[in-house]
Amino acid sequence: MTHEEKRAWIMLVTAVLAYAAYVVVVLRRAGDTALTDVPYAGALLWTVGGAIVANIVLEIGLGVVNPRASRAKDVRDREIGRLGDHVGQAFVVIGAVSAMLMALAEWDFFWIANVIYLCFVLSSVLGSVTKVLVYRGSLPQW
Amino acid sequence: MVKPTRVTNRIRALRFERGEMTQAELADRIGVTRQTVIAIEQGRYSPSLEMAFRIAHVLGVRLDDVFQYPEEETP
Repeated sequence: MTHEEKRAWIMLVTAVLAYAAYVVVVLRRAGDTALTDVPYAGALLWTVGGAIVANIVLEIGLGVVNPRASRAKDVRDREIGRLGDHVGQAFVVIGAVSAMLMALAEWDFFWIANVIYLCFVLSSVLGSVTKVLVYRGSLPQW
Repeated sequence: MVKPTRVTNRIRALRFERGEMTQAELADRIGVTRQTVIAIEQGRYSPSLEMAFRIAHVLGVRLDDVFQYPEEETP
């Protein structure tokens, strides 16, 4: 497994776990109250920050656990990286457009913040899944 | 439309004909990772024309001795 494939796995796992933790915290706090009344900002910021820190720590940990593993990156890694980023990018745009339309329609801040967060997570997850699938299979030819 | 590559290759056979050159050695000489050589050998990745020429040079043969492409059927 190349270093870049390991990085894609780390991104996938941290994004899924951080978002799952956020959803669990918000739903637990909600109880019988409306979701828009739940204090979500702290949990959102902590899970975003936690995912970034976990990503960095796990990548450093990879180097510590196996210091002789190659960190080389070649043209195939770059092509797969571009394809994954291209797939993920679509969700960043969907999130931005959704948030803009929700703001224009004067939706609650809760929904605007959450649609942006969800689309960031989908961007990371689908981008990483694409990279892992292509590493395991073949780069598509158009 | 996404379609599988039709390019086939004889890299594995040629490596063994060249004194059992390892995948790691070939990868090192053409400047890619061993995983990329594995993907090329298994037909999961089509190298660029430049990389294909480098592979042929390292293996000491012509490009079309390494890579083959099936003839198009004429109607």
